[in-house]
Amino acid sequence: MNFLTELSQYMMENSSELFALTIEHILMVAYGIGLALLVGVPMGIIAARFEKLAPFIISITNILQLIPSLAMLAILMLYLGLGFETMVVGLFLYSLLPIVRNTYVGIKEVDPSIMEAGKGSGMTTFQLLRKVQLPLSIPFLMAGLRVASVIAIAVACIGPYIGAEGLGKEIISGISLQSEVKIYAGAIPATILAIIADLCLGGIEKKTKKRIA
Amino acid sequence: MIQLKDINKIYDDGFQALENINLTLEEGKINVLIGPSGCGKTTTMKLLNRLTEYTDGEILVDGESIQDLNPIEIRRKMGYVIQNIGLFPHMSIYDNVATVPKLLKWDKRKIKQKVHDLLHMVNLDPETYKGRYPSELSGGQQQRIGVIRALAAEPSTILMDEPFSALDPISREQLQDELVRLQEEINKTIVFVTHDMDEAIKIADQIILMKDGHIVQKGTPHDILANPANDFVKEFLGEDRLGSTLPSTSTFVNYNYPTITTDQTTNEAIEQMTSEQIDQLPVLDGDNRLQGMVQLYDLFRQQDQLIEAVMMNTNQHISEETETNQLVDIFTQKKEKYLPYVAKDGKFIGMIEQQQVFNSLQEFYRSKRGGQ
Repeated sequence: MNFLTELSQYMMENSSELFALTIEHILMVAYGIGLALLVGVPMGIIAARFEKLAPFIISITNILQLIPSLAMLAILMLYLGLGFETMVVGLFLYSLLPIVRNTYVGIKEVDPSIMEAGKGSGMTTFQLLRKVQLPLSIPFLMAGLRVASVIAIAVACIGPYIGAEGLGKEIISGISLQSEVKIYAGAIPATILAIIADLCLGGIEKKTKKRIA
Repeated sequence: MIQLKDINKIYDDGFQALENINLTLEEGKINVLIGPSGCGKTTTMKLLNRLTEYTDGEILVDGESIQDLNPIEIRRKMGYVIQNIGLFPHMSIYDNVATVPKLLKWDKRKIKQKVHDLLHMVNLDPETYKGRYPSELSGGQQQRIGVIRALAAEPSTILMDEPFSALDPISREQLQDELVRLQEEINKTIVFVTHDMDEAIKIADQIILMKDGHIVQKGTPHDILANPANDFVKEFLGEDRLGSTLPSTSTFVNYNYPTITTDQTTNEAIEQMTSEQIDQLPVLDGDNRLQGMVQLYDLFRQQDQLIEAVMMNTNQHISEETETNQLVDIFTQKKEKYLPYVAKDGKFIGMIEQQQVFNSLQEFYRSKRGGQ
């Protein structure tokens, strides 16, 4: 009980600081995932369209995902230096796999008879993609986005090691100061962020799926 | 009109999917391609909108080779209904039906009008259904939407690939009836693929029966049932169906029945009838058109006159379009022993004898009972 009062007192006193860190945390994740969407969706489309490239593209993103996060960020730091941008690049690389793979699967999973109907109606390849394949792969993409977001929010917590801020700053300084309160003050908002992202995107995913089923 | 000339299709591995297909698909008719699976019926249909290409030969649509046309444009001009319905699940019914008009960039108001008309045509209330999604409709309703989606851009040709095979028997029957009714209304060239003979007989104007990549027989359902070309056709039709068709009206006609023309005399007629031992003669004009009849006993009282003056004008005849099963009724009503058989354009073809019709029908039903 004592601890909880201490924690809430600390969080109240530093609320503007914590709020700024939360915003930065969200921004890092949003930029990273935004970039991953910009690059990953076209990569997924290319993989689905040119079947021979698919194993290649999927393996690359797979390997990226397999590198331990701390190691990946350290390597990036060597080339990109310290800072916010380096973290964004790291999150971008981490989010690629779920987005590329789910776009690919989503397009591949479109019922062949629906594709035939589209083709038979006189849609061009591009129209098929835009009017049929992409809309129908949205539930898959949403699932990928959800996984990517939760991972990115977690990975972003080690940002301070490479000079980025975010909620990780509280956690890491809490570790060095051996302050339980500081650790929780960073961990709790980060966890809440992850839960919110999971619930929201999960909700959207369900909604898009329901219409299509 | 669509013509396929000497079409061959050979796959890269050397398999010949189609061999020497020659086919004319008449405008405004329901042409049914039928055969066992792997016979090439679907392939033949997909050649028409270039979802499949052929190896050699020529396909002409209204005289124009389809190789000279853009496949995308051909597909927009031909409606296409697929087996698994294939509605776009993420689009409302309205957007589904409007697919091709939207691709063709029709005016919005025109599209709306068209979608409403089409929904009315298949008895689905536009206000209720246009906003719904395909998953909210029953299978039969979905395929109705599939059919009107193919009609939306007013194509002259509609390709249908086993459209009703996935439906329950009741919806299937309904949709078949609706298709026949629709066809009378819209009068399109329909190319319909099926493996169901009952369906083919019910809806077809022309049946094209295929096997192993070539055409075994084509003709009206009646032609095929009455004169199956070989054992394969017989087997495919099945004994039951073969037994169930009455011989066609034309099989009863006596083509050598003597006739007389209006400008001959009664004496000539009497002479002819006595020598042939018959008591009536059909009277024709110079164009072979039936004008009336003369009876032997009437002529005895009116000798030395022109036939024209003494003949009885008659509209009692059997037309070429009469079905065999109507013959009995006609003969029973008219109480005539002989009736003239007349082509659609009024030309005399021959005479039908009541006795022969009755005998042969009796024979038919006896053999049918025996067969069961």
